Amino acid sequence: MNTAALAIIAIFTLSAALAAATLPKLMHAALMFAAAFVGLAAFFFLLSAEFLGLVLVFVYVGAVAVLIVFTILLTRHDLEKDRGFNLSGIIVAIAVFIGLAIAIFKTGSLPVVTPEIPTLTVKQIGAALMTDYVWPLQCVGILLTAALIGALILVIEEKK
Amino acid sequence: MLSIFLLISAAFFSIGLLAALSRRHAIFILIGIEMMLAAASLNFVAFWRFGPSPHQPTGVMIAIFAIAIAAAEAAVGLALVIAVYRHYRTTSVDQLDQLKG
Repeated sequence: MNTAALAIIAIFTLSAALAAATLPKLMHAALMFAAAFVGLAAFFFLLSAEFLGLVLVFVYVGAVAVLIVFTILLTRHDLEKDRGFNLSGIIVAIAVFIGLAIAIFKTGSLPVVTPEIPTLTVKQIGAALMTDYVWPLQCVGILLTAALIGALILVIEEKK
Repeated sequence: MLSIFLLISAAFFSIGLLAALSRRHAIFILIGIEMMLAAASLNFVAFWRFGPSPHQPTGVMIAIFAIAIAAAEAAVGLALVIAVYRHYRTTSVDQLDQLKG
């Protein structure tokens, strides 16, 4: 695993995420959100989960980011910028990060050696989805259908 | 190596928490929640890659289902934002302070 590539991707992803969280204009933040998820997909490629990285790009950059942009355009009259930053939110976020970092460094049982790269092909993933994980797959299908119908009912225009 | 990925994931989670806690716009809060969910799935994949049995695809499967559920959550959340905007003409969560319709 390439350390330089890891550092570059980490800096890119975290700065894009920070920009998405702090930029005052909604549209810029949505574009930075898409960039941050491209970086996250690069992490999945580094972790030799290529299929998952592609799924992340398709779902987040292709669908969720476009959905967010559509919502921003539909709620456009609300153009006042989001200026004021809540100081307590910053404090809580930094405290959570410090707590997680301490927990990671204090855990002694993390494996140190890098194991050999596992080979996980799309064929294996598909076979696992159709055999061991078939019930979760069906449940997620029902959940997605219900969520889409619910979203339609929420936004449908009421006839007066 | 694993702890580096865990640290990156923790930083991503904290940035998502920052967006969810400190912004007033409802869409920013949704963006923050999406970031937190994605950081959790990065953790799952890192543990699968460096864990004791990487030939079972458990971590990858959990991450796939987490991504699917996050997509459903984003669709419902953005529909809620549009419905709230139609009703109140605003999406700032500070002004949405009454339950009465």
